Amino acid sequence: MTSISTAPTAAPVEDLAGGYPSPLKEFWQGFSHNKGAVAGLVFMTIVAVCALFAPWIAPYDPIEQFRDYFLTPPAWADGGSSRFLLGTDELGRDILSRLIHGARLSLLIGLVSVVMALVPGVVMGLLAAFFPKALGTLIMRLMDVMMALPSLLLAVAIMAILGPGLVNAMIAIAVVSLPAYVRLTRASAMTELNRDYVTASRVAGAGLLRLMFVTVLPNCMAPLIVHATMSFSSAILEIAALGFLGLGVQPPTPEWGTMLASARDYMDSAWWVVTLPGLTILVSVLSINLMGDGLRDALDPKMKRAA
Amino acid sequence: MFFFILRRLGVLIPTFFGITLITFSLIRMIPGDPIEVMMGERSLDPVLHAAAMKRLGLDQPLYIQYFDYIGNLFQGNLGASLKTQQSVWSEFTTLFPATLELALCALVFATVCGLLAGVVAAIKRGSIFDHGVMGISLTGFSMPIFWWGLILIMLFSVQLGWTPVSGRLDLAFDVQPDTGFMLIDAWRAEMADPEYNAGAFKDAVMHLILPAIVLGTIPLAVIARMTRSSMLEVLREDYVRTARAKGLSPARVIFIHTLRNALIPVLTVIGLQVGTLMGGAVLTETIFSWPGIGKWLIDAIGRRDYPVVQNGILIVATLVILTNFIVDILYGIANPRIRHAK
Repeated sequence: MTSISTAPTAAPVEDLAGGYPSPLKEFWQGFSHNKGAVAGLVFMTIVAVCALFAPWIAPYDPIEQFRDYFLTPPAWADGGSSRFLLGTDELGRDILSRLIHGARLSLLIGLVSVVMALVPGVVMGLLAAFFPKALGTLIMRLMDVMMALPSLLLAVAIMAILGPGLVNAMIAIAVVSLPAYVRLTRASAMTELNRDYVTASRVAGAGLLRLMFVTVLPNCMAPLIVHATMSFSSAILEIAALGFLGLGVQPPTPEWGTMLASARDYMDSAWWVVTLPGLTILVSVLSINLMGDGLRDALDPKMKRAA
Repeated sequence: MFFFILRRLGVLIPTFFGITLITFSLIRMIPGDPIEVMMGERSLDPVLHAAAMKRLGLDQPLYIQYFDYIGNLFQGNLGASLKTQQSVWSEFTTLFPATLELALCALVFATVCGLLAGVVAAIKRGSIFDHGVMGISLTGFSMPIFWWGLILIMLFSVQLGWTPVSGRLDLAFDVQPDTGFMLIDAWRAEMADPEYNAGAFKDAVMHLILPAIVLGTIPLAVIARMTRSSMLEVLREDYVRTARAKGLSPARVIFIHTLRNALIPVLTVIGLQVGTLMGGAVLTETIFSWPGIGKWLIDAIGRRDYPVVQNGILIVATLVILTNFIVDILYGIANPRIRHAK
């Protein structure tokens, strides 16, 4: 009985849902259309799970030294041991465990430095858009100066002042990626500021903070999300580069770039020490960039299928 | 045009002073006492300490220190390295040709390959080649170049023995560093003394190949992607259809009508790669022990040689903004819409 009475009312609702897919569903349709992006998402999910549960997934402690197993090749190579799937390094540490724990650091540093650049970057970008005269010019000139310094060189200079270490590396990378956020936010906020809805909101008496963060900012989010993804991947590259130069995370902490710093000496004897950490960095960064492309396809209809 | 250059200069000059502020603050932001940091951790005689403070002008108020710094800069006095006691400027000018040679070769490699790959990918849009180029260029863009360098050394130098592992030239050759560009110097040495220096030029080339490929990888990826999307955009234009309809040969349509117009955004991207190249040089030179600016700066940071770090970074940053300025001007010449935009 009840089924008969509810049926007519349920049908139009379903029709409407068919006509206007929920934003989330629409987003997923756009995103999953890009096969590379889905592959990137799958890989990064695996890396993220590894990072979250590193102590339980990794077979060994990343800094434990097996003194009978220096430079053991991976399990499938000649002389490899099934105890160490990806072999051991020059101090007899399990490379797989170090890579899994390294994922933790790389993702953490990437995430923190993106947030540390995104928040002040957005605020400064909005301020520059809302007060284009004095404050905006000042902010943009400052950003021009920071853009003039090659990013790795600026990061290296900051590390030279602050000294090597985890937190300092995050600060250096955040500072380096700040200008791009400021410019991006300002540019998209400037276009939004001329729209009628902003004027309407202003006329309706919205305060400055409300205009900035409630009216304008949500409409600037799409390019910011895409850029945050891309800068997440470059943060991982930069932290690895700093580690490689000996300025980032210090040994024996397992960090992908730091693992490569000493690998140079084993090029002719132990290819796995050189190859594996770099391959991990490359595939992770590639996955994030693929996801970034997918996000852009899904979030920005104008860019869709253009390039 | 004059006012356009003037307007750009109006941006350039404050940027330069901004950079001097950063490099000036650099040394003063070091936690603790700069003298102690420079002289070593051991406790210093207070009298000597005060003398060192006075000598370096660190006992003055900050704004006076800054004006002194600027004054010195304009007199061409960039300070001296704490280690070698040589002036920073002369060290820079000796090492810069090495970096310039490497960067130019990397840029030529990236531009030639990137343009070719991008053009062909755009023409054969959707083909396997197109997907291949896009896939490879995304991989190149994601490449940790310090690892890429190690892999290439492992493959071509250690395994196959085709190229040398590091440096710019074999020690066996007697080459005078007249120009600082090893290719030219080695060529001249070989011409002057064909018997003793036979093969010097080839040796210099072999030393250069791997570093140039490594440094050129990211610019190559960026240029290939940009060329492809810019070509695709121009290929949609009406005048390209007209050119085709007129019966022009496909090669003429592609290279004369399309590529020329597609090049404008690509040129800007190439100009913007200068910063990437300078940053990449730090890593590439470290891997290949290439005696250039990047390795110089990293070594200076390692031994806390602050005058070198401070003014080395200032010089590099100035070079980058000058190049961007020139690119801007060239872009203005090529495209009047930019010149007359507000």
